[in-house]
Amino acid sequence: MTSADPNLYDYWPYRNRPKIEWPGGKKLAFWIAPNIEFYEFNPPVNPKRPGWPRPAPDVVGYSQRDWGNRVGHWRLMELMDKYALRGSVSLNVALCQHHPEIIEACAARDWEFFSHGIYNTRYSYEMDEAQERAVIEDSIRTVQEATGQRIRGYLAPALTHTPRTMDLIAEYDFWYTCDLFQDDQPQPLKTRSGKLVSMPYSLEVNDVITYGALAMTPTRYADVLKRHFDELLAEGAQSGTVMCIPLHAYLVSQAHRIGPFEDALAHITAHKDEVWFATAAEIAGHFRENYWEQSLADIEAKGCKRAGTGFDDAAA
Amino acid sequence: MMPLPDDYLKYEHRRHGMDQSLYDWRPSGERKPVTWPGGKALAAMIVVPVEWHRLNPQGKPLRHPGAMMTPWPDLRHYTTRDYGNRVGIFRLLDALAATGLHATIPVNAVLLERARPLVEAIKEGGHEIAAYGLEADRIHWSGLEPGEEERWIGETREAFARAGLNPRVWMSPARQQSFDTLKLIAGHGFDVCLDWEQDSVPVAMRTPSGEVSAVPLSNELDDRTLLIDRRQSEDEWADQILEAARLMISEAPRAGGQVLSFSLTPYVSGQPFRMHAVRRVLEALAGNDDVWSATASQIAGAAS
Repeated sequence: MTSADPNLYDYWPYRNRPKIEWPGGKKLAFWIAPNIEFYEFNPPVNPKRPGWPRPAPDVVGYSQRDWGNRVGHWRLMELMDKYALRGSVSLNVALCQHHPEIIEACAARDWEFFSHGIYNTRYSYEMDEAQERAVIEDSIRTVQEATGQRIRGYLAPALTHTPRTMDLIAEYDFWYTCDLFQDDQPQPLKTRSGKLVSMPYSLEVNDVITYGALAMTPTRYADVLKRHFDELLAEGAQSGTVMCIPLHAYLVSQAHRIGPFEDALAHITAHKDEVWFATAAEIAGHFRENYWEQSLADIEAKGCKRAGTGFDDAAA
Repeated sequence: MMPLPDDYLKYEHRRHGMDQSLYDWRPSGERKPVTWPGGKALAAMIVVPVEWHRLNPQGKPLRHPGAMMTPWPDLRHYTTRDYGNRVGIFRLLDALAATGLHATIPVNAVLLERARPLVEAIKEGGHEIAAYGLEADRIHWSGLEPGEEERWIGETREAFARAGLNPRVWMSPARQQSFDTLKLIAGHGFDVCLDWEQDSVPVAMRTPSGEVSAVPLSNELDDRTLLIDRRQSEDEWADQILEAARLMISEAPRAGGQVLSFSLTPYVSGQPFRMHAVRRVLEALAGNDDVWSATASQIAGAAS
């Protein structure tokens, strides 16, 4: 049996929500998520999905991603330094073993890390509970050992999930997940335990989607980012919004793209008075401390609260 | 190899006119010109489809546009579609309100309870709510078991009645019909349908249960198709809608009133970075004295 409805959150209309204010009275919380990934040369086959779209070895796909690690991330780090932007790294944690130089460079910049699984070629499909717990525990331990940071966020590898994923990360005291794209504001998730926030990750302006699925030129992508930002900033006057730019250095750091991308960062960072430049854990922490109860109360007051939590509940 | 049977080369309906009896052949030059209220040259119908895409669609006999794409549980597509019903549609409703335009909003019946505040917001905005079947994965087609389609339409009618709504406009999920759909919706009190687009004015469809007015909805200006499937830019999409308006207004003196129709899919055009183009289209239509902005039943009524 597969459920029709994840029942991980309740319906919550965007209009007339109670006001969120970010620190300093800011209207928009802005964060950048560089995905720092390792795709294996010859990954084992998951029954639900091959590791690569072509037969392994997919040398163009593999080497382009390695280019991201050897060249791309460094170029992106320099650009983000120029605009004083810290990253929240969506990390395939095996990077800590493969390329500790990248991890050290990010840690030296006081960037945040969250788990994006072990490898981007190891999918969650078909994992049993013990296997999924092992991935989560490995993620926490690996990043802790490499950086001293206790990770508080999760983005399932290659956006692959099991019905247990949210309950498990909540149980391990994660503060936020980037896996759900239903909103431009955070929302409490309905997990069996813990206090897990659904963190807006702005998937529609993820560079994989915009350059790939939507075939945007570099200048068009910059224009889209500026317009996305302007809209969410204006709406943030009513109640604080969140915008993320999820990035992949193997795409955005290409020589023909990073120049136009810089225009978008220049536009966004010109609004310092109205924007909170933060990491995902800072945003999730602020929401958990200040707006968790208010959000749940508003959902209930609007008659949207539904029974149960997660996939297996009879209410689903 | 066996040849095809002899009757494959028999042409039962080969004669002047249509090959079915739902409506008659009528080239545009023989149409009695339609007059819109106030002598407006063009009727503009904005359709905002409100869909619920389940995590476990059967996809029979086809996958509804927007259905899940990756192995279960495809939280990525479930939540991006849900974004439209929670966030995107409120941007569209605000943009409509700012321009004084009213849309026709087909709603999957399962959302009437689940997204009750959205239904209230649509009503408060003065828009016309249409029935959009039960949900995106309940597609009407001729391979259904006998009685199943009529049961679905009856359940849809009952769900709307429970929500205090009595829509007369019907749109089928994925705009897919069986050979019986028109008759069955007419039997359940729907006399306007948005599935057909064989003319640029409404067409009276004959059924044994009464007449249904087919108000044309343009597939070729569908925002999801143009912006996602065909990867066109927001400005290219907006320009095409406004070009269609310009052309049909220019034809009005000899062709009479026609219908401009297009969809605003909440999870597509309700994205923050697309709203500039939505506003440009709505402002241009609202500011054009030749345009009559109307809902499906208003257009059907004026054309009859």
